[in-house]
Amino acid sequence: MINWANFISQCFNGLVLGALLALISSGLTIIYGTLGVLNLAHGAMFMLGGYAGWVAYSYTGSFIVAVIAGSMFVLVVGVVTERVIIRSFYARTPEDQLLVTFGLGIVFVETVRFFFGSLSKMVPPPPGLVGITPLGFMFYPTYRLALLAIVAAALLALYVVLYRTRIGMIVRAGIEDAVMVGSLGIDVYKVFMLVFGIGAMAAGFAGIVNAPVVSIAPDVGEAILVQTFVVVVIGGVGSFPGAVLGGLIAGEIISITSMFDPGYSYVMLFVAMTLVLVLRPYGLLGTAGRE
Amino acid sequence: MSLLEVNGLNTYYGDSHILFDVALNVERHEVVALLGRNGAGKSTTLKSLMGVVTPRSGSILFDGHEIAGRKSHAIAQAGMQLVHEERRIFGSLNVEENIVLAGMTAPNRWPLDRVYALFPRLKERRTSRGTDLSGGEQQMLAIARALVREPKILLLDEPFEGLAPIIVRDLLATCRTLADDGQTILLVEQNISAAMTLADRVYLLNNGVIVESLSAQAVQERPELLQRHLGV
Repeated sequence: MINWANFISQCFNGLVLGALLALISSGLTIIYGTLGVLNLAHGAMFMLGGYAGWVAYSYTGSFIVAVIAGSMFVLVVGVVTERVIIRSFYARTPEDQLLVTFGLGIVFVETVRFFFGSLSKMVPPPPGLVGITPLGFMFYPTYRLALLAIVAAALLALYVVLYRTRIGMIVRAGIEDAVMVGSLGIDVYKVFMLVFGIGAMAAGFAGIVNAPVVSIAPDVGEAILVQTFVVVVIGGVGSFPGAVLGGLIAGEIISITSMFDPGYSYVMLFVAMTLVLVLRPYGLLGTAGRE
Repeated sequence: MSLLEVNGLNTYYGDSHILFDVALNVERHEVVALLGRNGAGKSTTLKSLMGVVTPRSGSILFDGHEIAGRKSHAIAQAGMQLVHEERRIFGSLNVEENIVLAGMTAPNRWPLDRVYALFPRLKERRTSRGTDLSGGEQQMLAIARALVREPKILLLDEPFEGLAPIIVRDLLATCRTLADDGQTILLVEQNISAAMTLADRVYLLNNGVIVESLSAQAVQERPELLQRHLGV
C-alpha cells in the first residue's frame, strides 16, 4: 500500500493543493485583516470563478479566456458585493457580518444550481498541458505541474502588488490600522472595496485554474472554505506570508493523511490547527492585536 | 474669521455623554492648549474634530467649511491632522513608507528632505520598521507623518507623554520651531510646563465642559487659576 513512489507523488499533490489553498487563503486573510469582516462567502467565490470560467470556455473553447473571464467575473462580483451589501455591515456586530456573508454564499451556490444544475462540469486542461510528464523517479500529470507554476506566479503577483506598490502599502497599513489610514487622508472605503475585489478574485482565479483537476459543482466551495479557515488560523490572521505557509502545511497534511486514510485528513488538519492555537495563539506568522 | 470655530459640540460614547456643548476657537498661526484632568474629554475633543469619533451635534467650522459629521479622510484632505496619543505608527511599514503613505493624498506635501531636516534621527532610521522604533522616534514619526501633509492645523494629543525628559526637551524645541514658523497647533497635554512653553492661549476642560479660557500671560500672572481646575 505505501511505497516511496506513492509517498512522493502524494507530497507533490500536497504541494499543488497547498499552493492553491495558499492563494485562496491570501484572499480571505487580506479581506479579514483589512475590513474586519470574515467572509463566509469566500468558498462560493471560488466556485463562481470555476463556473464563470466554464461558461467562457463553452463559448470560446479557450482556456486562457476562461481563466481571464473567471477571475474578472469574481472581481466584479466582489466589488459589487462590497459596495451594495458588506458596506452596510461594517458597523454591525461580527455575528451579523457572519450571517450576511453566510447567506450570500448560499445565494451564490443556489443561483448557480438553478441555472446550471447540480451535475459537475469539466474544463479540460489547455492542449499543451494534457497527459503526464516523466520526472525521472515518477510520472506526474502535466497539468498539475503547470498548476503549481500558475499558482506560484499568481502568489508572486499578489506579493508584488502587496509589497512593491503604493496600493499594496495602503492595504498593508489598512490591515494594521484602518482608522489611522483614514486620518492620513486616504478614503478607506475605496481601499476596502478594492481589497474585497482582489481577495475574491484570488479565490475565483483559483476556482478556474483548479477546474481541470477537480470538476466543478455548485457546492465545490464548501470544503475549500473550511480548509481555507484552517489555513488562515494556522498562518495568522491578516498575514499574507502566514497564508502561504499555512496553505502549504495544510496541503501536505491533507495529502499525506489521505494516503493512509482519507477519512482522517480533516482530523489531522484540525489537530494541527489546535496545536498551533495552543502554542502560538496568533498563528505561526501572525501578530498580537488581531483576534 | 478664525481658522477653527467650534460651537455646541456634543459627543457620546454609546450612551455616555462625554462632551457638553464644547465651544472653542483657534486663530491662524496660534498655539492653543487644551488642559484638564484625566478623563476630562480632551482626547475626545481632538478625535471629534478629526472625525475619528463622530460628534452627535454641534458645528465645527474649519477654514470656512463645516466639517462636523464628515469622514476623517475628508477632514484630513481639508487640511487637519491629528497626531494620536497612541501614535499609531504602522509597524509593518518602515519609517519612510510611513511618511510616503501619509503624504500620498496631500494637495501640498513636504519633500522628504524637509521632513528629515526637521527630524534628522528619522533619516538615520528611515529603513527601520515602525515596530523597531523607540518611543521618542515613534513620536517624531507620528508628527512627521502629520507635517508632511502641510496641515493648516496640527492637533497634538499628549505628544510628550511617556518620553524621557531629554527627548521631551528636543521635541519641545522642534514644536517651538514649528510654532515660530507659523504652524497653527491645538495641543492636549498633561505636562503643563511643556504646554505653557508653547501655548499662546489655554482652554480648561472639566468633565466635558469648557470652564475657562485664558491667555498664556494670564496663566503666568495668576497660576492659581490653573490650580483650581487641575488640582496641581
